Amino acid sequence: MRVSVTKRSLIPLAAAIMATAVAGCGSQISDPAAANSTTSGASSCVDTSGSSVKVGFINSLSGTMAISENTVFDSLSLAAEEINASGGVMGKQLQVISEDGASEPTKFAERAGKLIQQDCTAAVFGGWTSSSRKAMLPVFEANDALLFYPVQYEGLEASKNIFYTGATTNQQIIPALDYLAEQGTKSIFLVGSDYVFPRTANKIIQAYAAAHGMEVLGEEYAPLGSTEFSTIVNKVRDSKADAVFNTLNGDSNVAFFRQYKSVGLTAESMPVVSVSIAEEEVPGVGLENVEGQLTAWDYYQTIDTPANKKFVAAFKTKFGAERVTSDPMEAAYTSLYLWKAMVEKAGSFDVDKVQAAADGVTFDAPEGTVTVSGENNHITKTPRIGKINSEGLIETVWSSPQAVEPDPFLASYEWAKELAK
Amino acid sequence: MELLIGQMFAGLSLGSVLLLAALGLSLTFGQMGVINMAHGELMMAGAYTAFVVQRSISDAGVSLLVSIPVGFLVGGLLGLVLEGLLLRRMYHRPLDTLLVTFGVALILQQAARDIFGAPSVDVRAPAWLQGNMELLGAPIPLTRLFILLLSLVCLAGLVLILRATPLGRRIRAVVLNRDLAETSGISSRRTDQLTFFIGSGLAGVAGVAVTLIGSTGPYLGTNYIVDAFLVVVAGGLGQIKGAVIAAFALGVLQSVFEFSTTASIGKVLILVLVVVFLQLRPQGIFSLKTRSLA
Repeated sequence: MRVSVTKRSLIPLAAAIMATAVAGCGSQISDPAAANSTTSGASSCVDTSGSSVKVGFINSLSGTMAISENTVFDSLSLAAEEINASGGVMGKQLQVISEDGASEPTKFAERAGKLIQQDCTAAVFGGWTSSSRKAMLPVFEANDALLFYPVQYEGLEASKNIFYTGATTNQQIIPALDYLAEQGTKSIFLVGSDYVFPRTANKIIQAYAAAHGMEVLGEEYAPLGSTEFSTIVNKVRDSKADAVFNTLNGDSNVAFFRQYKSVGLTAESMPVVSVSIAEEEVPGVGLENVEGQLTAWDYYQTIDTPANKKFVAAFKTKFGAERVTSDPMEAAYTSLYLWKAMVEKAGSFDVDKVQAAADGVTFDAPEGTVTVSGENNHITKTPRIGKINSEGLIETVWSSPQAVEPDPFLASYEWAKELAK
Repeated sequence: MELLIGQMFAGLSLGSVLLLAALGLSLTFGQMGVINMAHGELMMAGAYTAFVVQRSISDAGVSLLVSIPVGFLVGGLLGLVLEGLLLRRMYHRPLDTLLVTFGVALILQQAARDIFGAPSVDVRAPAWLQGNMELLGAPIPLTRLFILLLSLVCLAGLVLILRATPLGRRIRAVVLNRDLAETSGISSRRTDQLTFFIGSGLAGVAGVAVTLIGSTGPYLGTNYIVDAFLVVVAGGLGQIKGAVIAAFALGVLQSVFEFSTTASIGKVLILVLVVVFLQLRPQGIFSLKTRSLA
């Protein structure tokens, strides 16, 4: 009896699953093709004749990445509002069209296509995960459109259709290692989530360590979202390393730091340098678990520059005094202003003219003055090591003496020759 | 030696977390045959209960102790609503239950996001649970010890209810033969409700407990649901003692595998092991001999 019921109800279910799968494949295949057909020679449909110009924001407003990407959306909105209040871009008001990437790379690709072809936006801002960027890249290249991507990432990429305003590896990971070496760190332990960014980052760290006489005592990966760190923490503790380099992502940090602390490891006995914990994440991880630990970014809310004070004050006025600002938010805010500066330098909204004008464009960003490199479409940034203080904010304890040129392929580092291949 | 003891304890501790997550499920899935994909979300509700209680009682120690019974109630009541509104209409239709409860899980996740926001919230551990005690040089985290004890208390409570109370007798009777139980005057409807209440309540308690080790966010449940089903299936449906053995065996084995390989490979090995085991023994460690016809 039971068997027959199960069998019968299985059939429509299986059919439904197959139908979804087929539909999914279909849209995936047809997308780039459709994109391709409209490209060659066909000039973009961007309308600059009126008193406004459209720009697109693409962020995950739902799904697992919404936690992070909503904050980027907020700071992009702030930048757009400020630009409009001060007269717009070349006298045209920005009209923002926002799309939800829903934490799914295929959705990002599809929505980006819509923003370019249907909405005719002059430029698109957003994306967070590397997989979302990789999914959007062919769409922007095929349509010859512009994406501004605001998050630190694993490097080894330079598309002429993407401007990268977050740090590449030589503006975050390598400076962090330089700092550790300067502090006399002889041995490190690597802990990361099991996906592309930590694996790439750790390859770079291994090469750096080998070239600089630093010993890597272990390299452990936890599945994304894992909350079980007893074994990893035991290994870390047993290794007696001088420091831990942490590339864990998201909520795993909470479990890691709690369990790290519960076996008696502290910021004094074995400091942890994290590259994915910013001001926004501290309350979720629990301040008592991370106070005194180190982070590597290019921007902190506590940076003492007039541009940053203005940014933080404007952000808090718009979104509430309890909100904090973080590195990706600042990079997103900066990206809109950089695009404005590029357009004004080019005197046109045309993609090729903007691209040609990009090299050398600067902006007094909250993190300090940033300059666009036309060579790889990244920007100069000032790496900073921070320490999480008792209020959950991050104080700069070390900063690079000058802004660091972006080098996404690590071409200028002798020891990294093998990696770029 | 120090590492060995640390690892042994890590295994036991992981086992106790698995047991807590699976105990309620072994009632609702094992005894009643309801595939409740929202079991993890009932845990999530328990975890947020701990957060809410801590907001009104600032002393982390008191709030933890208050959260445990309140978490039980919240999980249990949510379970009752779920059972009363949806599940009772689809007993004997396991596939529909699976889809419906999966939908309920998504609704509960979104509800948590709307109420508490997408970022995970911080539930502080009480001062007396921070730090560790030394056992032959190995640090034994106190939070882990607490969870181990809590899981044993829950287990003892559940066994006591099933063995020694009239309710337990009725639950066992309904599991063995629903029709015969009804003929002898037991309201199977009422028994189902109470069983589901207790099972869901245990999920709530598990949720309170895991706030001590991990993050408290809308997706908390998804971390545990697969492991919980694994424990119940490997242990044998309807067998509390099977679930206990399976939970600790999986916990210890996972720690051993993870230690000798990596976390990801360890997880793979566990899944392979369970699949192979179920090929050899599809009924799980223990099997329930029922007189029902289903």
